[in-house]
Amino acid sequence: MNKNRPVNLDISTIKLPITAYISILHRVSGVILYAVAGILLYMLDASLESAASFAELKESINTPLPQIIIWGSLAALAYHMVAGIRHLIMDCGIGETLEGGQNGAKIAFVVAAILIVLAGVWVW
Amino acid sequence: MVTSITSFGRSGLYDWMVQRITAVILAAYTVFIVGYIVCTPDLGYEQWSTLFSYFGVRIFSLAALLSIAAHAWIGLWAILTDYLTTRMMGAKATFLRVIAQMVLGVVTATYVLWGIEILWGF
Repeated sequence: MNKNRPVNLDISTIKLPITAYISILHRVSGVILYAVAGILLYMLDASLESAASFAELKESINTPLPQIIIWGSLAALAYHMVAGIRHLIMDCGIGETLEGGQNGAKIAFVVAAILIVLAGVWVW
Repeated sequence: MVTSITSFGRSGLYDWMVQRITAVILAAYTVFIVGYIVCTPDLGYEQWSTLFSYFGVRIFSLAALLSIAAHAWIGLWAILTDYLTTRMMGAKATFLRVIAQMVLGVVTATYVLWGIEILWGF
């Protein structure tokens, strides 16, 4: 094969299908969760250290910035989990066709959106 | 390109399996912890620290922590070997990727050790 063939993998010039968006967002949400794990460990540490630090944490997370961070974390978690469950279902041989993959992606987006809204309702 | 020696289990099939087992553990742990917090509106320190004093909860938490480490390593390896490539970054790509993976290794090890300290240290 000619190795000098022109290659276009410039994503900004390619029209992406819905399945590409669900895949890219799965990666983005995964990276966010990896970063957020440090914040969650910090909160676990403060919540278990003593009754005083538990109360202090409970007080401090009831302000706008921590609330946005917690909601953002829950949103990433909800999306990543739903997209992951879609993968596991497809591993079982369900929804593996082109149409099935697109329908699965639509369902996953809707379920994730509902969970993200519910997480927002719970935080505020 | 040095890619397969920095993957988790040095075999794609093995990584595939580990990614799924850890995913199921993490999903179960998420449902457990989020469910507990949501179902306990007036959660206090007594109740919360009692929950984490149970050996089973500590082991489940440790399993989740180790799952995060393996799951994140496999996922981030897949992303890094896709984007930190010679085609996208030039000749320094492999060097940059190995540096990035070393940093991620240190962060991941810190998460695991810190988590163990939290779980068994209060």
